[in-house]
Amino acid sequence: MAQLPRDPLEIREQFGPHLAFSSGSRLDRGVEPDALVKTHCCFCGQQCGIQLKVKDNEVIGFEPWMEFPFNRGMLCPKGVKRYLQGSHPDRLLRAQLRDPAAEGGFRGIDYQDAIGRVAKQLGQLQAKYGNDSIGMLSGASLTTEKTYLMGKFARVCLKTPFIDYNGRLCMVSAGAGNKKAFGIDRAANPWSDIVGSEVVWISGANVAECAPITTSYVWQAREQGAKIIVVDPRITPVARTCDLFLPIKPGRDVALFNGVLKLMIEHDWLDHDFIENHTVGFEALAESVQQWTPARTAEVTGIAERLIRQAAEWWGTASTSFLMHARGIEHHSHGVQNVLGAINIVLASGRIGREHCGYATITGQANGQGGREHGQKCDQLPGGRDLADPAHRAHVAKVWDVDPDELPPPGVDAYELFRKIDRGEIRGLISLCFNPLVSLPDSGFVARMLDKLDFYVAIDFFLNETARHADIVLPGSLQEEDEGTVTQIEGRVIKINQAVDPPGEARQDWRIIQDIAAALGRPHGFTFNHSREIFDELRRASQGGVADYSGMTWEKIERQFGVCWPCPSEDHPGTPRLFEPGTPNPIAGDAGPFYFPDGKARFNLAEYTPPTEEVDAEYPVILTTGRVVSQFLSGTQTRRIGPLVDQYPEPRVEIHPRLAAQLGIQDGQWTTISSRRGELTLRAMVVKTIRPDTVFIPYHWAGKQSANRLTIAAQDPISKIPEYKVCAVRLRKAASPPANASDETSHGHPGK
Amino acid sequence: MAIPENKYFFIDPHRCIGCQSCVQACSECDTHKGKSMIHLETVDRLQSPQTLPVICMHCDSPTCAEVCPADAIKRTEDGVVQSARKPRCIACNNCVLACPFGVPKMETSMDLMMKCDMCYDRTSIGKKPMCATVCPSGALHYGTLSEIEELRPRSRTNNEFRFGGQTIRTKVQMMVPRQSPATHLDVADGMFESPADEADDAMLSGAVFELPTVQ
Ligand code: SF4
Ligand code: SF4
Repeated sequence: MAQLPRDPLEIREQFGPHLAFSSGSRLDRGVEPDALVKTHCCFCGQQCGIQLKVKDNEVIGFEPWMEFPFNRGMLCPKGVKRYLQGSHPDRLLRAQLRDPAAEGGFRGIDYQDAIGRVAKQLGQLQAKYGNDSIGMLSGASLTTEKTYLMGKFARVCLKTPFIDYNGRLCMVSAGAGNKKAFGIDRAANPWSDIVGSEVVWISGANVAECAPITTSYVWQAREQGAKIIVVDPRITPVARTCDLFLPIKPGRDVALFNGVLKLMIEHDWLDHDFIENHTVGFEALAESVQQWTPARTAEVTGIAERLIRQAAEWWGTASTSFLMHARGIEHHSHGVQNVLGAINIVLASGRIGREHCGYATITGQANGQGGREHGQKCDQLPGGRDLADPAHRAHVAKVWDVDPDELPPPGVDAYELFRKIDRGEIRGLISLCFNPLVSLPDSGFVARMLDKLDFYVAIDFFLNETARHADIVLPGSLQEEDEGTVTQIEGRVIKINQAVDPPGEARQDWRIIQDIAAALGRPHGFTFNHSREIFDELRRASQGGVADYSGMTWEKIERQFGVCWPCPSEDHPGTPRLFEPGTPNPIAGDAGPFYFPDGKARFNLAEYTPPTEEVDAEYPVILTTGRVVSQFLSGTQTRRIGPLVDQYPEPRVEIHPRLAAQLGIQDGQWTTISSRRGELTLRAMVVKTIRPDTVFIPYHWAGKQSANRLTIAAQDPISKIPEYKVCAVRLRKAASPPANASDETSHGHPGK
Repeated sequence: MAIPENKYFFIDPHRCIGCQSCVQACSECDTHKGKSMIHLETVDRLQSPQTLPVICMHCDSPTCAEVCPADAIKRTEDGVVQSARKPRCIACNNCVLACPFGVPKMETSMDLMMKCDMCYDRTSIGKKPMCATVCPSGALHYGTLSEIEELRPRSRTNNEFRFGGQTIRTKVQMMVPRQSPATHLDVADGMFESPADEADDAMLSGAVFELPTVQ
């Protein structure tokens, strides 16, 4: 029974999103804080160092942390205002039981009572339908300790194969591409390598809004002579003053990389020694890109031919470079092919594994890196190990003190998990740190699937839109209420420190998971007393794997301002730059720098296929989606922070004036955007900074403002990432504002 | 305590990404909590995402102070022009109208002019101003002249501005491209829009596209 208990407006009235602004001691001058806690931002993968000001068990503000080397005090507006998520009027202080008779649809109940009910329901479902009838959804904003425990809980306690995580919507295309080419899935270089490189190539990454601190590295590189190439369907703030802007048509990135590689071959802009000694597969690839003449590349990518030639020349003739990409090339039904295309031009240049010769995907979430390494992914075990590999299973089973044969086989990706609900195979769901109703494509389908569940328990600190469908909600913890580690954008493991205790009956998430295990009568392996003990077990579980954390301690992490993995022993300083001679490599040993038995990197054929849904007469415009700087992902936190909502209150659809003129739409007018899956009415933002054949909508909002009502649930066949970046839509001027236009926008708390 | 003599504030609009971190952080400053003193101007969003942070330029001879009939605006020895003093300010708005950079704000709720004081509570004890600390692009920077010369070889500093017949020198330095000549804009130059040149339009000149035919 996982249907909404009440009308969404009534639920919102009770549980938000409401807006929090500074008040009380957060506004008083000259308050002496009890403590300044050195920790990190709770939002994006850059994980800026920050000091939280604590007074009377409340975070009342921040003070820059100048010493932390990655950001040296810099923050984006989300980091500045993140403290307002604490002491929030919407905070869940008790467990909640679905109750249509209660105001807001939920009634607070005793925590232990709630745990007992959860265990009973899960136990009954498993007894009736088998262990596989329970699914778990987890997240990459959690500490690595929690993600590790979630994976272990699914496999050891519930014995279900069906756990996956929201990195499925984020890092998996890059991860799969990196593993195919390098045998390892991590940014290859520290960000310091950006400064000093001759060419910085940015594909599909709105650096200024999604990785704001990286801007300072890019601009500093340019001060020192770098040329900046940006490939994007929009003139983003960094593209505005870059040296070369390639306005690519969404979904065509691999064609561009192939076209550039063909020009590199034609002009012999290749590092033959590197290709010869450190790679395999170049000949076949060279053959396959011959078809990508500049004319054809221009036709497919929608970029003027002269710009493609210019980019190839700058890239081809540079002696140092840094290529970075993000979801713009990865959120596609051929996302892995796009990533492989990018890696191919890096390998052909030979510019990797040296100072100022870099390649990286920009991780999205706080723990986008660590969250994909230690076993909450459907096919994975800790240490970046493989759930299908008998030796890997044996190693981890030993650490977990279970029989390897008892570990379930690999499961399915997060979207497939919903299809399993549709088929009645999954009857019960546990979610933590995931808001799929807002973040998955074709959200109408997701809502119907939630309704179908027999039992759904959500763990969260706020009642997010998905959790509104839950039977029971357990009150979880904010990032500042727990201690642990995360692994940031550079592969650097850093320390999250606890600033305050969870309020009311809220509990640290890992304790909640352990409480469920105990109530199920299966406590074996879930009796940690402190998150440090989880880290210490994780070190052993990761030992000898590619993502080896075994040589790290919390003390060392703090002392060194972070330790980059692999770090195989306590006297090892960690590995900021991959692929250098002598870096730890359990696969190749001394054979070479890449993580295959022969130590060589792989060129992979990167094939172009058009997006799943091409435009046609009925739906003639491309829709692409993305982020704005003041909001984060599904907005569970940021849509509750007043000053961030004020900065960009509601989604707008960006339209080029040429297209707007054809459609008779003016700036600010209500515009209806429809796809084969749904319809939205938003205000238009007419700007010359987007391709005339494409419109853009940011995706952080729910319900009638949710871009994912329109997006398509097509997925990459390898990574299973959804195709958020291209689908077909049509637009028309709306006859009137949408009914309840502002219903989904966050509102001030009734008490304020 | 005073601001060290060799410390300057630098603005480089070329770098600004419009993230508003400066605006949000300014409202966290202890002396004016909850209120931001920064104006972040969006130049023309139709054309470009260009934004421009405006903080107080801390003029050597501050026009705001010169026009204040109540003598409420003080410039410290170390060159910082302060917010109006509460007991003196008569909320007449002279300063708001006269400042050539448009900096002072009238806080009607308090009948008081408030403006950027370069985080005097921070800078006078050796810290950086809040906005220049958090700015992720380096558009706002606080440091020494020799430091900025080393960090920004493509730019030079400028702190002399002409408004009509008035020449103003400021403590805050504007970063401009190294080779750029000093120009004097006529007000009339900004009054008429020149037709947009497609060759200069990065999107239209660089994108190959077809517009849908709309029935
Ligand atoms: S969201 Fe990212 S860039 Fe912004 S403060 Fe947090 S970690 Fe830094
Ligand atoms: S913080 Fe810096 S980049 Fe962001 S708007 Fe302010 S000046 Fe511009």
